[in-house]
Amino acid sequence: MDGIAAMGLTKRYGDLTAVDALTLTIDAGERFALLGVNGAGKTTTMRMLACLARPTAGDALVDGKSVVREPGAVKARIGLSPQETAVAANLTAEENLLFMAGAHGMGKADARARTGELTEALGLGPILRRRAGKLSGGWQRRLSIAMALISRPKVLFLDEPTLGLDVLARAALWEVIRSLEGVTTVLTTHYMEEAEALADRVGIMAAGRLLCADAPAQLKARTEADRFEDAFLAVVREAGLG
Amino acid sequence: MRTLTFARRMAREILRDPLTVFFGLGFPLLLLLLLTAIQKNVPVALFDLERLTPGIAVFGLAFLTLFAATLIARDRSSSFLQRLYTTPLTGADFILGYTLPLVPMGLAQSAACYAAAAALGLRVTGNILWAILAALPVSLFFIGLGLLCGTIFSDRQVGGLCGALLTNLTAWLAGIWFDVDLVGGWFRRLAEALPFLHAVELGRAALRGDTAGYAPHLWWVLAYTVPVLILAAAVFAGKMRKND
Repeated sequence: MDGIAAMGLTKRYGDLTAVDALTLTIDAGERFALLGVNGAGKTTTMRMLACLARPTAGDALVDGKSVVREPGAVKARIGLSPQETAVAANLTAEENLLFMAGAHGMGKADARARTGELTEALGLGPILRRRAGKLSGGWQRRLSIAMALISRPKVLFLDEPTLGLDVLARAALWEVIRSLEGVTTVLTTHYMEEAEALADRVGIMAAGRLLCADAPAQLKARTEADRFEDAFLAVVREAGLG
Repeated sequence: MRTLTFARRMAREILRDPLTVFFGLGFPLLLLLLLTAIQKNVPVALFDLERLTPGIAVFGLAFLTLFAATLIARDRSSSFLQRLYTTPLTGADFILGYTLPLVPMGLAQSAACYAAAAALGLRVTGNILWAILAALPVSLFFIGLGLLCGTIFSDRQVGGLCGALLTNLTAWLAGIWFDVDLVGGWFRRLAEALPFLHAVELGRAALRGDTAGYAPHLWWVLAYTVPVLILAAAVFAGKMRKND
Protein backbone atom coordinates (compact mmCIF):
# COMPACT_ATOMS: atom_id res chain seq x y z
CA MET A 1 0.00 0.00 0.00
CA ASP A 2 1.17 3.55 -0.73
CA GLY A 3 2.05 5.71 2.25
CA ILE A 4 0.31 8.65 0.58
CA ALA A 5 -1.56 8.97 -2.71
CA ALA A 6 -2.79 12.46 -3.63
CA MET A 7 -5.18 12.81 -6.55
CA GLY A 8 -5.82 16.30 -7.90
CA LEU A 9 -5.51 17.79 -4.43
CA THR A 10 -6.46 21.46 -4.66
CA LYS A 11 -6.86 24.30 -2.19
CA ARG A 12 -8.22 27.70 -3.13
CA TYR A 13 -8.67 30.75 -0.90
CA GLY A 14 -10.98 33.00 -2.89
CA ASP A 15 -9.14 33.83 -6.12
CA LEU A 16 -5.84 32.46 -4.85
CA THR A 17 -4.99 28.87 -5.69
CA ALA A 18 -2.60 27.80 -2.93
CA VAL A 19 -2.27 24.20 -4.18
CA ASP A 20 -3.17 23.38 -7.76
CA ALA A 21 -4.33 19.81 -8.60
CA LEU A 22 -1.45 18.04 -6.86
CA THR A 23 -1.10 14.41 -7.86
CA LEU A 24 1.60 12.45 -6.10
CA THR A 25 2.39 9.02 -4.68
CA ILE A 26 4.72 8.47 -1.75
CA ASP A 27 5.78 4.91 -0.91
CA ALA A 28 5.23 3.51 2.56
CA GLY A 29 8.41 4.07 4.61
CA GLU A 30 9.76 6.66 2.17
CA ARG A 31 11.28 9.99 3.30
CA PHE A 32 9.84 12.64 1.00
CA ALA A 33 10.69 16.35 1.03
CA LEU A 34 8.45 19.08 -0.33
CA LEU A 35 10.85 21.81 -1.40
CA GLY A 36 9.97 25.32 -2.48
CA VAL A 37 10.30 28.99 -1.70
CA ASN A 38 7.89 30.73 0.70
CA GLY A 39 4.33 30.65 -0.63
CA ALA A 40 4.97 27.65 -2.88
CA GLY A 41 2.13 25.67 -1.27
CA LYS A 42 4.19 23.21 0.81
CA THR A 43 2.56 23.90 4.17
CA THR A 44 -0.95 24.02 2.68
CA THR A 45 -0.31 20.62 1.07
CA MET A 46 0.83 19.25 4.40
CA ARG A 47 -2.18 20.77 6.18
CA MET A 48 -4.54 19.05 3.74
CA LEU A 49 -2.76 15.72 4.14
CA ALA A 50 -2.95 16.09 7.94
CA CYS A 51 -6.68 16.93 7.78
CA LEU A 52 -6.07 20.47 9.06
CA ALA A 53 -7.42 22.05 5.87
CA ARG A 54 -10.22 20.60 3.78
CA PRO A 55 -9.32 20.32 0.07
CA THR A 56 -11.36 22.48 -2.29
CA ALA A 57 -11.13 19.67 -4.84
CA GLY A 58 -9.46 16.28 -5.14
CA ASP A 59 -8.61 13.82 -2.39
CA ALA A 60 -5.65 12.03 -0.85
CA LEU A 61 -5.27 8.64 0.77
CA VAL A 62 -3.01 8.58 3.81
CA ASP A 63 -2.13 5.01 4.73
CA GLY A 64 -5.16 4.03 2.66
CA LYS A 65 -7.65 6.41 4.33
CA SER A 66 -9.27 9.37 2.63
CA VAL A 67 -8.56 12.84 4.05
CA VAL A 68 -11.97 13.96 2.79
CA ARG A 69 -14.20 11.06 3.83
CA GLU A 70 -12.26 9.51 6.77
CA PRO A 71 -10.42 12.33 8.58
CA GLY A 72 -10.80 10.53 11.93
CA ALA A 73 -9.09 7.42 10.58
CA VAL A 74 -6.35 9.55 9.01
CA LYS A 75 -5.74 11.37 12.30
CA ALA A 76 -5.31 8.03 14.06
CA ARG A 77 -2.47 7.19 11.65
CA ILE A 78 -0.46 10.41 11.54
CA GLY A 79 1.86 12.50 13.68
CA LEU A 80 2.50 16.19 13.07
CA SER A 81 5.34 18.46 14.13
CA PRO A 82 4.22 21.97 13.15
CA GLN A 83 6.47 24.78 11.97
CA GLU A 84 6.32 26.45 15.37
CA THR A 85 7.67 24.14 18.06
CA ALA A 86 4.18 23.71 19.58
CA VAL A 87 5.13 22.41 23.02
CA ALA A 88 3.40 23.10 26.34
CA ALA A 89 5.90 25.58 27.81
CA ASN A 90 5.21 25.03 31.52
CA LEU A 91 5.23 21.24 31.32
CA THR A 92 8.47 19.25 31.44
CA ALA A 93 9.57 17.37 28.33
CA GLU A 94 8.37 14.14 29.92
CA GLU A 95 4.99 15.64 30.84
CA ASN A 96 4.60 16.88 27.26
CA LEU A 97 5.13 13.34 25.96
CA LEU A 98 2.78 11.80 28.53
CA PHE A 99 0.18 14.48 27.77
CA MET A 100 0.28 13.74 24.04
CA ALA A 101 0.00 10.02 24.80
CA GLY A 102 -3.10 10.76 26.91
CA ALA A 103 -4.56 12.94 24.15
CA HIS A 104 -4.25 9.94 21.83
CA GLY A 105 -6.08 7.81 24.40
CA MET A 106 -3.11 5.65 25.37
CA GLY A 107 -3.20 3.94 28.78
CA LYS A 108 -0.76 4.95 31.53
CA ALA A 109 1.54 1.92 31.20
CA ASP A 110 1.69 2.19 27.41
CA ALA A 111 2.29 5.95 27.62
CA ARG A 112 5.19 5.44 30.03
CA ALA A 113 6.67 2.66 27.89
CA ARG A 114 6.43 4.73 24.69
CA THR A 115 7.90 7.78 26.45
CA GLY A 116 10.84 5.61 27.51
CA GLU A 117 11.33 4.31 23.96
CA LEU A 118 11.32 7.80 22.46
CA THR A 119 13.58 9.19 25.19
CA GLU A 120 16.11 6.51 24.26
CA ALA A 121 15.67 6.81 20.49
CA LEU A 122 15.81 10.61 20.33
CA GLY A 123 18.31 11.10 23.15
CA LEU A 124 15.94 13.15 25.32
CA GLY A 125 17.37 11.86 28.63
CA PRO A 126 19.26 15.05 29.59
CA ILE A 127 16.21 17.30 29.25
CA LEU A 128 13.40 14.97 30.28
CA ARG A 129 12.70 16.73 33.60
CA ARG A 130 13.22 20.27 32.30
CA ARG A 131 10.38 22.62 31.39
CA ALA A 132 9.85 22.69 27.63
CA GLY A 133 9.67 26.49 27.53
CA LYS A 134 13.21 26.74 28.94
CA LEU A 135 14.79 24.43 26.35
CA SER A 136 16.91 25.62 23.42
CA GLY A 137 15.34 25.72 19.95
CA GLY A 138 17.10 22.50 18.95
CA TRP A 139 15.85 20.56 21.96
CA GLN A 140 12.33 21.94 21.51
CA ARG A 141 12.30 20.70 17.90
CA ARG A 142 13.55 17.31 18.99
CA LEU A 143 10.85 17.15 21.66
CA SER A 144 8.28 18.28 19.08
CA ILE A 145 9.21 15.36 16.82
CA ALA A 146 9.04 12.96 19.77
CA MET A 147 5.55 14.28 20.57
CA ALA A 148 4.52 13.64 16.97
CA LEU A 149 5.84 10.08 17.22
CA ILE A 150 4.20 9.20 20.55
CA SER A 151 1.19 7.46 18.99
CA ARG A 152 3.35 5.26 16.72
CA PRO A 153 2.10 6.99 13.56
CA LYS A 154 2.32 5.35 10.14
CA VAL A 155 2.91 8.75 8.53
CA LEU A 156 4.90 11.60 10.06
CA PHE A 157 4.62 15.21 8.90
CA LEU A 158 7.48 17.59 9.73
CA ASP A 159 6.81 21.20 8.74
CA GLU A 160 10.12 23.09 8.34
CA PRO A 161 11.73 20.97 11.08
CA THR A 162 15.02 22.88 11.29
CA LEU A 163 13.79 26.43 10.64
CA GLY A 164 15.81 28.93 12.66
CA LEU A 165 18.23 26.39 14.13
CA ASP A 166 22.01 26.86 14.22
CA VAL A 167 24.31 24.53 12.27
CA LEU A 168 25.01 22.18 15.19
CA ALA A 169 21.37 21.86 16.23
CA ARG A 170 20.39 21.28 12.59
CA ALA A 171 22.98 18.53 12.15
CA ALA A 172 21.78 16.84 15.35
CA LEU A 173 18.17 16.99 14.18
CA TRP A 174 19.08 15.58 10.78
CA GLU A 175 20.52 12.56 12.59
CA VAL A 176 17.24 12.14 14.46
CA ILE A 177 15.20 12.35 11.24
CA ARG A 178 17.51 9.91 9.45
CA SER A 179 17.12 7.44 12.31
CA LEU A 180 13.33 7.22 11.84
CA GLU A 181 12.76 3.85 10.25
CA GLY A 182 9.57 2.27 9.02
CA VAL A 183 7.52 5.46 9.12
CA THR A 184 6.54 7.38 5.99
CA THR A 185 7.97 10.85 6.54
CA VAL A 186 6.93 13.98 4.69
CA LEU A 187 8.91 17.10 5.46
CA THR A 188 8.61 20.59 4.09
CA THR A 189 11.69 22.73 3.78
CA HIS A 190 13.10 25.61 1.84
CA TYR A 191 16.69 24.57 2.59
CA MET A 192 18.11 22.85 -0.53
CA GLU A 193 20.84 21.02 1.40
CA GLU A 194 18.28 19.70 3.87
CA ALA A 195 16.08 18.21 1.16
CA GLU A 196 19.11 16.66 -0.55
CA ALA A 197 20.56 15.27 2.68
CA LEU A 198 17.40 13.81 4.16
CA ALA A 199 14.98 12.79 1.44
CA ASP A 200 14.75 9.68 -0.71
CA ARG A 201 12.80 11.84 -3.15
CA VAL A 202 12.18 15.55 -3.42
CA GLY A 203 9.05 17.20 -4.77
CA ILE A 204 9.71 20.72 -6.02
CA MET A 205 6.77 23.09 -5.64
CA ALA A 206 6.27 26.62 -6.97
CA ALA A 207 3.15 28.77 -7.22
CA GLY A 208 1.02 25.94 -5.82
CA ARG A 209 2.12 23.42 -8.43
CA LEU A 210 4.22 20.30 -8.02
CA LEU A 211 6.80 20.69 -10.79
CA CYS A 212 8.55 17.33 -10.36
CA ALA A 213 9.24 14.60 -7.83
CA ASP A 214 12.44 12.57 -8.04
CA ALA A 215 15.55 11.47 -6.17
CA PRO A 216 18.03 14.34 -5.68
CA ALA A 217 20.67 12.58 -7.80
CA GLN A 218 18.17 12.05 -10.61
CA LEU A 219 17.13 15.69 -10.50
CA LYS A 220 20.75 16.79 -10.79
CA ALA A 221 21.38 14.36 -13.66
CA ARG A 222 18.25 15.42 -15.50
CA THR A 223 19.08 19.12 -15.30
CA GLU A 224 22.83 18.50 -15.80
CA ALA A 225 23.54 20.44 -12.63
CA ASP A 226 26.49 19.84 -10.30
CA ARG A 227 24.77 21.33 -7.28
CA PHE A 228 21.27 20.52 -6.08
CA GLU A 229 20.49 24.23 -5.77
CA ASP A 230 21.21 24.65 -9.50
CA ALA A 231 18.94 21.69 -10.26
CA PHE A 232 16.17 23.34 -8.24
CA LEU A 233 16.60 26.65 -10.10
CA ALA A 234 16.64 24.86 -13.47
CA VAL A 235 13.37 23.05 -12.70
CA VAL A 236 11.65 26.24 -11.54
CA ARG A 237 12.91 28.26 -14.56
CA GLU A 238 11.95 25.46 -16.93
CA ALA A 239 8.39 25.85 -15.67
CA GLY A 240 8.57 29.58 -16.38
CA LEU A 241 8.29 30.43 -12.68
CA GLY A 242 11.80 31.57 -11.82
CA MET B 1 -10.23 10.27 30.18
CA ARG B 2 -8.94 12.52 27.38
CA THR B 3 -10.79 15.47 28.92
CA LEU B 4 -9.07 14.83 32.25
CA THR B 5 -5.68 14.57 30.55
CA PHE B 6 -6.30 17.93 28.91
CA ALA B 7 -7.66 19.49 32.12
CA ARG B 8 -4.61 18.28 34.11
CA ARG B 9 -2.29 19.89 31.59
CA MET B 10 -4.23 23.16 31.78
CA ALA B 11 -4.07 23.18 35.61
CA ARG B 12 -0.31 22.53 35.61
CA GLU B 13 0.36 25.26 33.07
CA ILE B 14 -1.58 27.83 35.08
CA LEU B 15 -0.35 26.91 38.56
CA ARG B 16 3.28 26.89 37.41
CA ASP B 17 3.08 30.46 36.17
CA PRO B 18 4.20 32.71 39.07
CA LEU B 19 2.28 35.69 37.64
CA THR B 20 -0.91 33.65 37.81
CA VAL B 21 -0.40 32.87 41.47
CA PHE B 22 0.40 36.51 42.22
CA PHE B 23 -2.56 38.03 40.37
CA GLY B 24 -5.02 35.28 41.21
CA LEU B 25 -4.28 35.04 44.89
CA GLY B 26 -1.55 37.40 46.10
CA PHE B 27 -2.91 40.64 44.64
CA PRO B 28 -6.51 40.31 45.97
CA LEU B 29 -5.20 39.32 49.41
CA LEU B 30 -2.82 42.28 49.38
CA LEU B 31 -5.76 44.59 48.61
CA LEU B 32 -7.75 43.06 51.43
CA LEU B 33 -4.92 43.66 53.89
CA LEU B 34 -4.31 47.20 52.67
CA LEU B 35 -7.95 48.30 52.76
CA THR B 36 -8.47 46.71 56.16
CA ALA B 37 -5.45 48.62 57.43
CA ILE B 38 -6.93 51.86 56.02
CA GLN B 39 -10.26 51.07 57.69
CA LYS B 40 -8.56 50.83 61.09
CA ASN B 41 -7.31 54.40 60.73
CA VAL B 42 -10.50 56.15 59.60
CA PRO B 43 -13.51 56.83 61.82
CA VAL B 44 -16.23 55.97 59.27
CA ALA B 45 -17.10 52.49 57.95
CA LEU B 46 -15.47 52.63 54.50
CA PHE B 47 -14.21 49.12 54.05
CA ASP B 48 -15.88 46.87 56.59
CA LEU B 49 -15.05 43.23 55.99
CA GLU B 50 -18.69 42.07 55.55
CA ARG B 51 -18.98 44.30 52.46
CA LEU B 52 -15.39 44.30 51.28
CA THR B 53 -14.60 40.56 51.27
CA PRO B 54 -17.23 39.44 48.71
CA GLY B 55 -16.06 42.30 46.47
CA ILE B 56 -12.40 41.36 46.70
CA ALA B 57 -13.35 37.72 46.06
CA VAL B 58 -15.10 38.72 42.80
CA PHE B 59 -12.20 40.98 41.82
CA GLY B 60 -9.85 37.99 42.20
CA LEU B 61 -12.13 35.85 40.05
CA ALA B 62 -11.87 38.39 37.19
CA PHE B 63 -8.30 37.17 36.68
CA LEU B 64 -9.66 33.74 35.69
CA THR B 65 -10.60 35.35 32.37
CA LEU B 66 -7.01 36.44 31.83
CA PHE B 67 -5.62 33.00 32.73
CA ALA B 68 -7.98 31.11 30.42
CA ALA B 69 -7.71 33.57 27.53
CA THR B 70 -3.91 33.77 27.68
CA LEU B 71 -3.44 30.02 27.61
CA ILE B 72 -5.91 29.45 24.77
CA ALA B 73 -4.52 32.33 22.69
CA ARG B 74 -0.97 31.05 23.30
CA ASP B 75 -2.00 27.53 22.30
CA ARG B 76 -3.33 29.00 19.05
CA SER B 77 -0.33 31.19 18.26
CA SER B 78 2.23 28.47 19.05
CA SER B 79 0.41 25.93 16.82
CA PHE B 80 -0.06 23.73 19.89
CA LEU B 81 -3.78 23.59 19.07
CA GLN B 82 -2.95 22.61 15.47
CA ARG B 83 -0.96 19.70 16.81
CA LEU B 84 -3.84 18.72 19.10
CA TYR B 85 -6.34 18.95 16.24
CA THR B 86 -4.54 15.96 14.68
CA THR B 87 -5.32 13.87 17.80
CA PRO B 88 -8.68 12.24 18.59
CA LEU B 89 -9.53 15.06 21.07
CA THR B 90 -13.05 16.36 20.41
CA GLY B 91 -14.49 19.87 20.73
CA ALA B 92 -16.07 18.87 24.06
CA ASP B 93 -12.68 17.62 25.32
CA PHE B 94 -11.12 21.01 24.55
CA ILE B 95 -13.92 23.14 26.01
CA LEU B 96 -14.27 21.08 29.20
CA GLY B 97 -10.49 20.72 29.45
CA TYR B 98 -10.00 24.48 29.37
CA THR B 99 -12.93 25.14 31.73
CA LEU B 100 -12.90 22.45 34.41
CA PRO B 101 -9.55 23.12 36.12
CA LEU B 102 -10.41 26.79 36.61
CA VAL B 103 -13.60 26.04 38.56
CA PRO B 104 -11.84 24.58 41.64
CA MET B 105 -9.23 27.33 41.27
CA GLY B 106 -12.00 29.95 41.50
CA LEU B 107 -13.49 28.27 44.56
CA ALA B 108 -10.04 27.94 46.18
CA GLN B 109 -9.34 31.63 45.44
CA SER B 110 -12.58 32.63 47.17
CA ALA B 111 -11.93 30.31 50.10
CA ALA B 112 -8.46 31.84 50.55
CA CYS B 113 -9.99 35.32 50.42
CA TYR B 114 -12.57 34.51 53.13
CA ALA B 115 -9.94 32.71 55.24
CA ALA B 116 -7.74 35.83 55.12
CA ALA B 117 -10.76 38.01 55.98
CA ALA B 118 -11.56 35.73 58.93
CA ALA B 119 -7.99 36.15 60.16
CA LEU B 120 -8.47 39.93 59.90
CA GLY B 121 -11.67 39.87 61.94
CA LEU B 122 -14.56 38.76 59.69
CA ARG B 123 -17.16 37.00 61.86
CA VAL B 124 -16.94 33.28 61.11
CA THR B 125 -20.37 31.75 60.40
CA GLY B 126 -21.72 28.98 58.20
CA ASN B 127 -22.73 31.66 55.70
CA ILE B 128 -19.10 31.90 54.59
CA LEU B 129 -19.55 28.49 52.93
CA TRP B 130 -22.55 29.84 50.98
CA ALA B 131 -20.55 32.91 50.01
CA ILE B 132 -17.74 30.68 48.70
CA LEU B 133 -20.29 28.61 46.79
CA ALA B 134 -21.66 31.84 45.29
CA ALA B 135 -18.30 32.11 43.51
CA LEU B 136 -19.28 29.14 41.32
CA PRO B 137 -21.56 30.89 38.78
CA VAL B 138 -19.32 33.96 38.88
CA SER B 139 -16.25 31.81 38.14
CA LEU B 140 -18.05 30.17 35.23
CA PHE B 141 -18.90 33.60 33.82
CA PHE B 142 -15.28 34.77 33.95
CA ILE B 143 -13.98 31.44 32.58
CA GLY B 144 -16.48 31.52 29.69
CA LEU B 145 -15.38 35.07 28.88
CA GLY B 146 -11.77 33.88 28.88
CA LEU B 147 -12.58 31.00 26.55
CA LEU B 148 -14.33 33.41 24.20
CA CYS B 149 -11.57 36.05 24.22
CA GLY B 150 -8.78 33.46 23.90
CA THR B 151 -10.53 31.93 20.89
CA ILE B 152 -11.01 35.25 19.12
CA PHE B 153 -8.01 37.40 20.06
CA SER B 154 -4.22 37.01 19.97
CA ASP B 155 -2.22 36.49 23.16
CA ARG B 156 -1.09 40.15 23.06
CA GLN B 157 -4.64 41.39 22.65
CA VAL B 158 -5.99 39.32 25.55
CA GLY B 159 -3.35 40.87 27.81
CA GLY B 160 -4.89 44.29 27.19
CA LEU B 161 -8.52 43.24 27.01
CA CYS B 162 -8.72 40.73 29.83
CA GLY B 163 -5.80 41.94 31.92
CA ALA B 164 -6.38 45.69 31.87
CA LEU B 165 -9.89 46.39 30.58
CA LEU B 166 -11.87 43.64 32.28
CA THR B 167 -10.16 43.93 35.67
CA ASN B 168 -10.76 47.69 35.56
CA LEU B 169 -14.41 47.23 34.60
CA THR B 170 -14.79 44.81 37.49
CA ALA B 171 -12.94 47.10 39.87
CA TRP B 172 -15.04 50.20 39.01
CA LEU B 173 -18.47 48.78 38.22
CA ALA B 174 -18.80 46.06 40.86
CA GLY B 175 -19.30 48.39 43.83
CA ILE B 176 -16.35 46.86 45.64
CA TRP B 177 -14.74 49.97 47.11
CA PHE B 178 -17.63 52.40 46.93
CA ASP B 179 -21.39 52.32 46.60
CA VAL B 180 -22.41 52.91 42.95
CA ASP B 181 -25.37 54.93 44.26
CA LEU B 182 -22.85 57.57 45.35
CA VAL B 183 -22.12 58.22 41.65
CA GLY B 184 -25.68 57.56 40.51
CA GLY B 185 -27.09 58.36 37.04
CA TRP B 186 -25.81 56.47 34.00
CA PHE B 187 -22.94 54.98 36.02
CA ARG B 188 -25.35 53.25 38.39
CA ARG B 189 -27.57 52.11 35.50
CA LEU B 190 -24.54 50.72 33.65
CA ALA B 191 -23.30 48.94 36.78
CA GLU B 192 -26.73 47.43 37.34
CA ALA B 193 -26.98 46.25 33.73
CA LEU B 194 -23.63 44.42 33.88
CA PRO B 195 -23.01 41.28 35.93
CA PHE B 196 -20.12 42.52 38.11
CA LEU B 197 -22.17 44.42 40.68
CA HIS B 198 -24.66 41.54 40.93
CA ALA B 199 -21.80 39.07 41.42
CA VAL B 200 -20.62 41.07 44.43
CA GLU B 201 -24.13 41.58 45.80
CA LEU B 202 -24.73 37.83 45.44
CA GLY B 203 -21.70 37.16 47.66
CA ARG B 204 -22.79 39.83 50.14
CA ALA B 205 -26.32 38.40 50.39
CA ALA B 206 -24.89 34.92 50.89
CA LEU B 207 -22.55 36.17 53.61
CA ARG B 208 -25.47 37.90 55.39
CA GLY B 209 -27.56 34.74 55.12
CA ASP B 210 -30.13 36.79 53.23
CA THR B 211 -31.80 34.09 51.13
CA ALA B 212 -34.44 36.49 49.79
CA GLY B 213 -31.79 38.93 48.56
CA TYR B 214 -29.83 36.11 46.95
CA ALA B 215 -32.08 35.15 44.04
CA PRO B 216 -32.28 38.32 41.88
CA HIS B 217 -28.51 38.71 41.79
CA LEU B 218 -28.03 35.02 41.01
CA TRP B 219 -30.41 35.32 38.05
CA TRP B 220 -28.53 38.38 36.78
CA VAL B 221 -25.22 36.53 36.96
CA LEU B 222 -26.66 33.42 35.31
CA ALA B 223 -28.25 35.55 32.59
CA TYR B 224 -24.70 36.48 31.57
CA THR B 225 -22.95 33.20 32.43
CA VAL B 226 -25.09 30.82 30.37
CA PRO B 227 -25.04 32.81 27.09
CA VAL B 228 -21.32 33.56 27.46
CA LEU B 229 -20.53 29.86 27.95
CA ILE B 230 -22.75 28.82 25.03
CA LEU B 231 -21.26 31.52 22.78
CA ALA B 232 -17.70 30.61 23.82
CA ALA B 233 -18.31 26.91 23.10
CA ALA B 234 -19.93 27.71 19.73
CA VAL B 235 -17.15 30.08 18.64
CA PHE B 236 -14.46 27.60 19.73
CA ALA B 237 -16.20 24.75 17.92
CA GLY B 238 -16.54 26.93 14.80
CA LYS B 239 -12.86 27.86 14.89
CA MET B 240 -11.96 24.22 15.47
CA ARG B 241 -13.86 23.22 12.35
CA LYS B 242 -11.78 25.77 10.45
CA ASN B 243 -8.68 24.48 12.28
CA ASP B 244 -7.83 27.98 13.50
